[in-house]
Amino acid sequence: MRENIINLSYLISAILFIIGLKMLSSPKTARPGNFYSSFGMLIAICATLLDKHIVSFHFIIIGLIIGSIIGAFLAITVKMTQMPQMVGLLNGYGGLASALVAVSEYMSHYHNQTLYGITTTTITLIIGAITFTGSVMAYAKLEGLVSGQPITYPFQKTLNLLQFFVIVGGSIFLCIHPQSFIWFIVVGVISFILGCLLVLPIGGADMPVVICLLNSYSGMAGCAAGFILSNYCLIITGALVGASGIILTQIMCKAMNRSMTNVMFGAFGKVDSSSIDKTKAVTVQGYTPDDALVILENASLVIIVPGYGMAVSQAQHNVRELADILEKKGATVKYAIHPVAGRMPGHMNILLAEANVPYEKLYEMDNINPEFERADAALVIGANDVTNPAAKNNPKSPIYGMPILEVEKAKTVIFLKRSMAPGFAGIENELFLMPKTMMLFGDAKDTVVKLVNLLK
Amino acid sequence: MSFGELLITFYIFILAVFVGFEVISKVPPTLHTPLMSGSNAISGITIVGALIATGDSNTSTTLIGCAAVIFAMINVVGGYAVTDRMLKMFKKK
Repeated sequence: MRENIINLSYLISAILFIIGLKMLSSPKTARPGNFYSSFGMLIAICATLLDKHIVSFHFIIIGLIIGSIIGAFLAITVKMTQMPQMVGLLNGYGGLASALVAVSEYMSHYHNQTLYGITTTTITLIIGAITFTGSVMAYAKLEGLVSGQPITYPFQKTLNLLQFFVIVGGSIFLCIHPQSFIWFIVVGVISFILGCLLVLPIGGADMPVVICLLNSYSGMAGCAAGFILSNYCLIITGALVGASGIILTQIMCKAMNRSMTNVMFGAFGKVDSSSIDKTKAVTVQGYTPDDALVILENASLVIIVPGYGMAVSQAQHNVRELADILEKKGATVKYAIHPVAGRMPGHMNILLAEANVPYEKLYEMDNINPEFERADAALVIGANDVTNPAAKNNPKSPIYGMPILEVEKAKTVIFLKRSMAPGFAGIENELFLMPKTMMLFGDAKDTVVKLVNLLK
Repeated sequence: MSFGELLITFYIFILAVFVGFEVISKVPPTLHTPLMSGSNAISGITIVGALIATGDSNTSTTLIGCAAVIFAMINVVGGYAVTDRMLKMFKKK
């Protein structure tokens, strides 16, 4: 009887999770959807507590309280600009929790392992461990604790491959000799190390892909834990999250015109310095906000192209203020969002939503590109590579083939940029040299504030 | 576990993957960040395993289970709360 109630509750939870995700298909229903999903989680937790295997509640209550407090604290204090790090870190915790479940399952069935049990336990341990350290490394890179540049060293791939083989070999050995505690530890520890080393050579601009992939892994780890416990709720839910991460990964890769393998193992952004032609030292004329003012005051269509630079300088509120003033002066303002702008999918969207920009004004790449030729000004705020025409014209460019926002078609292109340094991919942007381009150097926020004051 | 049971488990797994692909591919890009944090919170479902490991009569796993409960709970509470915070901001004009 009790068993039936528990399983029925799990079914309801799974349904609520699916409905919750489905309601995310529109901003109008998304918030209640998230509530349904969290309600499903509450049901799953309460149902589990009815399980007859659970005899003591002390540590459960302690764990639930500590985890809730830390989780709530993180959620309340995090800044919207730090969202990629936050999501990265949460992925990692999910992975670690699954890995710890695997360890405890191994210990409690140590003397009576079945082939099925040890296989699923080992898989959960490996995926969970890689998810955890990979996420921590992604967090460290995004937070600036570790250089965002790709970090490479000699024999990197060989070393990673070696570790991979040790993990595979160790797992097979473990399945044959489940009592070999040493190998269980070896597989676990190397998985932890490998997770770290796999993310180390990936540059900051590729983080959207990594975060999506780790999101998928955290789901798969939960799914694998479901296989250990033969718990359908875990399997279904883990599979949903795994699929979601994979879809986002695909979207991101497509938006960069690169394959998964290239992102993971290409150490992109590490441009061979010899390939950059240094003899062609060009000076770019810097303009002042006053020059830009003339253009903006008379514009009837302005398209704003935000990038990671806007997030770094937290300029989203000032950008909205600027857009408001332009609209008061009779201009139409639209925002062009490249799928990989920022450090995670949808990063620009949440920043602009935070600044109260209505989501109807945000346009996806394919919808906004035909409008650039009508635009009087394209205002590029802290974006670079996603506007670089080299992606279309120069087959030698590392970003060749990547779909871009066609800002070069606008009558004037105004670039707000910190310095002349090339973008993350380390590639020169020929747009900077075009006569219709105005470069406004300096912190994005300062420049936008200056523009706002001038326009007033 | 018998082969039949294993097969059913795989049926469920495969169908869930298809449902996942169907549902998620309809989420618009503007909601991709909340999608990630929300699905992240859902992946905290591994807490079910953590709870059983903690409360089990086998006391050797209590502490490991408790640590798992803490991390899974951070994932669940943090994930849902931050998703709600983000979704609250999405407004029409």
